[in-house]
Amino acid sequence: MPTFVITEKCDGCKGGDKTACMYICPNDLMVLDPNEMKAYNQEPDQCWECYSCVKICPTQAIEVRGYSDFVPMGASVVPMLGTEDVMWTCKFRNGVVKRFKFPIRTTPEGEANSYDDLKGKDLNSGLLSTQEADGYEFPTPSELA
Amino acid sequence: MALPNKPVGELKAVRDPEVDKRDVDILIIGGGMAACGTAFEIKKWADDGTKILLCDKAALERSGAVAQGLSAINTYVGENKIEDYVRMVRNDLMGIVREDLIYDLGRHVDDSVHLFEEWGLPVWKKTDDGKNMDGKKGLKLGTLKAGATPVRTGKWQIMINGESYKRIVAEAGKKALGEDNIIERCFIVELLNDKEDPNRIAGAVGFSVRENKVYIINAKTIMNACGGAVNVYQPRSVGEGKGRAWYPVWNAGSTYTMALRAGAELSMMENRFTPARFKDGYGPVGAWFLLFKAQTVNGLGENYSASDEAKAELEKYAPYGTAAVTPTCLRNHLMMKEYKEGRGPIIMKTSDALAKLGETMSKKELKHLESEAWEDFLDMSVGQAGLWCATNTEPEKKDSEVMPTEPYLLGSHSGCCGIWCSGPDEDWVPADYKWGYNRMTTVRGLFTAGDGVGCSGHKFSSGSHAEGRIVAKSMVQYLKAEGDKVTGFKETDQELVDFVYKPVRNYLDNVEFTTAQDINPNYCKPAGMALRLMKMTNEYGGGTGTYYMTSGKNLEVLMDLFEMFREDLEKIAAGDLHELLRAWEINHRLYTVQAHTRHIQFREESRYPGFYYRGDFLGQNDEDWFCFTNSSYNKETNEWSLKKVPYVQIIAD
Repeated sequence: MPTFVITEKCDGCKGGDKTACMYICPNDLMVLDPNEMKAYNQEPDQCWECYSCVKICPTQAIEVRGYSDFVPMGASVVPMLGTEDVMWTCKFRNGVVKRFKFPIRTTPEGEANSYDDLKGKDLNSGLLSTQEADGYEFPTPSELA
Repeated sequence: MALPNKPVGELKAVRDPEVDKRDVDILIIGGGMAACGTAFEIKKWADDGTKILLCDKAALERSGAVAQGLSAINTYVGENKIEDYVRMVRNDLMGIVREDLIYDLGRHVDDSVHLFEEWGLPVWKKTDDGKNMDGKKGLKLGTLKAGATPVRTGKWQIMINGESYKRIVAEAGKKALGEDNIIERCFIVELLNDKEDPNRIAGAVGFSVRENKVYIINAKTIMNACGGAVNVYQPRSVGEGKGRAWYPVWNAGSTYTMALRAGAELSMMENRFTPARFKDGYGPVGAWFLLFKAQTVNGLGENYSASDEAKAELEKYAPYGTAAVTPTCLRNHLMMKEYKEGRGPIIMKTSDALAKLGETMSKKELKHLESEAWEDFLDMSVGQAGLWCATNTEPEKKDSEVMPTEPYLLGSHSGCCGIWCSGPDEDWVPADYKWGYNRMTTVRGLFTAGDGVGCSGHKFSSGSHAEGRIVAKSMVQYLKAEGDKVTGFKETDQELVDFVYKPVRNYLDNVEFTTAQDINPNYCKPAGMALRLMKMTNEYGGGTGTYYMTSGKNLEVLMDLFEMFREDLEKIAAGDLHELLRAWEINHRLYTVQAHTRHIQFREESRYPGFYYRGDFLGQNDEDWFCFTNSSYNKETNEWSLKKVPYVQIIAD
């Protein structure tokens, strides 16, 4: 399901410091045409349909069209990524619409504890830093062959 | 450090790129779960002032196999015994695994899962009266670390709301390492050995896919974790659908190829994974089997895998085939038998499963169940949801087809190919399985994790992260003990630039000869070479085209084709930076799939029926082949060598 960019909605992220879709695509597919200030997918047959660009686009300009070699036309799956949840709208070819909402994160973005002040003590033990801090009892196998 | 966004396909490659030289103590190559684990852990152990750099060919926030998200964490030991985890992995991988590595992973993995939950990953919980709560509602039941009960689907897997799984894990890794120590869109393509000691690592070279720049990096120790290999075999879809690979399409075998070319031994590269998934969309089937208790039937409507004939077939592969849980490859094997004998297609009876569950559920509960079924796709395989919508498939009304995919090479999922690594330096680990630093390869100072570590599958996302953390500690141990032995590499800046930018020079030197840049007798383009590689492996190396069947003679033909392919790679051409990325990826894919098929050629038995078959050596031959197979490659002489390495059982049956 390669991504496509809706001409009218894409502004090339000209208000931002980077083109969001180009920043995020794991496979280096989304690019900006700097003359038109519009993004496009430069290699649709390498699109994993991971939706990273769809979810990050600040103007909801990117959607996905089913792979031309096996997907019948007329359906769409569109996410809206919030800070705590994602909303999905799934439109069937026959007009049926299903909507789903799922949590994505239970903490505010940017607040993952990276334990910057934690320093390991015994470099030669098998314990990871947080295991050591927790006093985890390090097991060794007891049911040996 | 996020690089400025410049157009890629729009930006032409130039003959002489800028050179950016770095001198670091620790280099982390990759940005997936394993690399994020190393990024989180490394500064906890390294001395202040240690120079650390991470290079990711994508953006950490959405790179690697978890980019899209996941609906489950497949390895959480919890209330189970670590010894049983080892037994499960051993049985699924037909007996030959490194039990030291698996046990070691099992005693670390839960710590990473607890961190994920603390960082904000929603984890489903089970209430005292047996109801499932999603990760948000389940918060009030407390955390896994504090003793709350996860929702298990199978013995080792727990359910999550994992759309943002990778974003959360990457955030912690980035914060811990510091953004100034991260270069995104930097594709490392070759490792460099020490000039005094060729069996020691000393650096790496790569390039920016955003600007004309080559990175030349001196490093005392390196963690190489760039995932598995995808599109090394012809996918079942040949047009746009080539991108809808089951594993991430950007995994190009870089982990294996870079290690191999640096002199590291690979192990069990014959192992592959051909997962049975929903046809074409490659959506996950695990929840359907385990959570919704769905059955698969053949084209005649028979529950073929429960038949007497299937049982008799599985008995041929005892003790693995007769174990309580049938190994993944043998489940495929039963499916292949149905196809070959004309009883396809294989259908997942989603409608029956939901109807049966509905008998004991309220309307509200059933609605929730439907939502869970869709989330399974939407969290990790949106394209499958799209395919269901496009084919008017409501699973309660219409069943779906299941089919085994094209082959993938990986070491973290239900596969075990990879690099031969040291286990932990502890008494219970056999002497031949440890050489000082946990997860160090046979090249000193070179480490790997996740898909990189061979002979020890079933780590999945959580285990890969934990393994990356294990490596962090090992690297600091190595740095302190042997860091001063690293003397640098012999290659000059000019040699390295010429090497990395050769495809650009090939393009610029020849492009004017013809009127259309894609067709030129003096060079080949990555797009065509990708198709050429996949055609030859599919036809001769046991792809889907032959129901995964190959033979000694077919492999001989394949090796000849590989050699011409390797020679032609000298003429690969890249006109822009995106094409240069693809040129190097196809180079990495070649060496990786060559290692894979050379291992199949060496191992004269069919160890993994359902994943691949040697037509000339069907069945298993424990007498001669109950051992690891290791390979190495000499890049100066283009010579491969393969050998057997003894298997040692550590955990009792």
